[in-house]
Amino acid sequence: MLVLRGPNGAGKTSLLRLIAGLAEPAGGTLAFEEASLPADTLLGEHVHFIAHQDAIKLHLSVEENLSFWSGFFGGGDVAGAMTAMNLDALGQFQAQRLSAGQKRRLGLARLALVEKPVWLLDEPTVGLDTASQKLLAKMMTRHLDGGGIIIASTHIDLPVKSSDVLDFARLADRAG
Amino acid sequence: MSSIERFANPTRFMRLQTAVQPWVWMITLALFSVGLFLGLTRAPADYQQGETVRIMYVHVPAAWSALMVYTVMAVASIVGIVFRHPLADIAAKAAAPIGAAFCFLALATGSLWGKPMWGTWWVWDARLTSMFVLLLLYLGYMAIWQAIDDPRRASRIAAIVAIVGFINVPIVKFSVDWWYSLHQPASVFRTDGPTIHPSILTPLLIMGLAYSFLFLALHLVAIRSEIGARRIRQTELARTGALQ
Amino acid sequence: MRSAFTSVVVRDFSLAIRQGGSIGTAIGFFLTVIVLLPLGLGPDQQLLQRIAPGALWIALLLSVLLSADRLYQTDHDDGSLEIMALSSTPLEVVVLAKASVHWLTSGLPLAIAAPVFGFLLNLDAALIVPLGIAMVTGSLALSLLASLGAAITVGLRQGGLLVSLLVLPLYVPVMIFGVLASSGAQSGIDNSGTALIILVAIVLAALVVTPFASAAALRSYMR
Repeated sequence: MLVLRGPNGAGKTSLLRLIAGLAEPAGGTLAFEEASLPADTLLGEHVHFIAHQDAIKLHLSVEENLSFWSGFFGGGDVAGAMTAMNLDALGQFQAQRLSAGQKRRLGLARLALVEKPVWLLDEPTVGLDTASQKLLAKMMTRHLDGGGIIIASTHIDLPVKSSDVLDFARLADRAG
Repeated sequence: MSSIERFANPTRFMRLQTAVQPWVWMITLALFSVGLFLGLTRAPADYQQGETVRIMYVHVPAAWSALMVYTVMAVASIVGIVFRHPLADIAAKAAAPIGAAFCFLALATGSLWGKPMWGTWWVWDARLTSMFVLLLLYLGYMAIWQAIDDPRRASRIAAIVAIVGFINVPIVKFSVDWWYSLHQPASVFRTDGPTIHPSILTPLLIMGLAYSFLFLALHLVAIRSEIGARRIRQTELARTGALQ
Repeated sequence: MRSAFTSVVVRDFSLAIRQGGSIGTAIGFFLTVIVLLPLGLGPDQQLLQRIAPGALWIALLLSVLLSADRLYQTDHDDGSLEIMALSSTPLEVVVLAKASVHWLTSGLPLAIAAPVFGFLLNLDAALIVPLGIAMVTGSLALSLLASLGAAITVGLRQGGLLVSLLVLPLYVPVMIFGVLASSGAQSGIDNSGTALIILVAIVLAALVVTPFASAAALRSYMR
């Protein structure tokens, strides 16, 4: 797992979006599984991207939101995803009734719907209480143990041990 | 596509433009002089419309040019999207106001032409209606550039607008012609009848060429100023550290 | 891919029904345009009858256009659009799904309602059915092109004005052949059959152009 650290505006989100394929690089190459990708490929289908927004519809219930993404991805474990983020009790509630932390959990539950090798997480713990952070940590550890990659940007310490840290503040010092 | 690459071509362009510009202006001036002279003095007057038919020498080439410039815009947009040439979207953006001006000129002279004949300041016939829609297409294109701040994003969206609009032009012409043929058998302007006398055709073609060179002259200037504006923006962004 | 298409359709449909009211507002807008006509032109029944088909078409296309204005707004704002773009499903499929739902929930109901409201403009009763057929057919193109306008202007200020300026020129052929197809045998020569065929051709053209152009525009807004 690689952690991106640094102050706001340093470029952590931009890097994540770049890797996902949502932004255009000015140069350089992206390699995945030892094969270099042509300049415009979207890593797309191999990626779970958690942005600042939760990608949930307020007028759909928790279960309907996850069913939608499950259908969209071509099949997924809705029940498992709800359990992973402790949303079982909230299944029938419309997302607009949830608290900010619960909405975040719903957004994160997408990670457990379908297996994808690369996780790009942009400040995943924002709005989460300690118990929820532990749930996220469990998901992340399971993913890493299964051979997955995580690149996550964060302000605070993540509940999972990272193998590498990319500090944007230090990069800026060196460049500047 | 590194930053340096992005500006190598424009620099070469600037040098080329500075060298070529005076010549283009001279040719433009020459062509307009000859064309207007022939059209206003040497060419015959119309037996029905009298001298007022001479407006045709300003109106018709303006209409041709309005269409030609939109084509240039559409082609430049396609080149921009497919080949990512750095000057392509600048060329498209710069061409639009010029084309819109030609379009407006065509409409205004069309109106002036119709007044002595029909007594009204405006008549909806197939040709003028199509020109009117073309003007709207130009305005929409320019509005999109205005509405989006990021030039890269704006150029892509604008390119889509230009291309979709370009596809629409023949369809609109076709449908408008059909509509007015049912509602209005005679057209106001009978410039392209089955035979056009060479003494009318020659000044017309010269004026057409004159307009083209006028477009070229203005286009080169507009591209140059657009490049300048982008450089200023780049410098400002670099200074604030918000380089994209 | 079909699963993705269906998911989007079901989701958008559910949202449209749950959030409700939008078709009511659209019909309200339609009627507002209609009421302005006798107020601006005078209540002369003969005059209104002559302009009825064209006027109903104008009211229809304005209503469809404005009801599609924010079609992509929520997906763009809550980040769903990005996640959909990252999947293996082409964005074009998403565009078609959203445009279809918009047609089913706005375009089609308006196209059916319009001839019914024709009596407000003293529409010749013989024209109600041809008008309905032409409008139902044409409304598909109207919805598609309106969704294209929405994709081009996602999140921009002056949304309604800008989208109108961009889309109304695209509506010109639809309206011309739509009105011609609505006339039944009104004029001496019956053009309406040919016009209807051309209208179908325009719908098919819109069906092809809209997904690709919309997807390209949406991608530009995400990068």
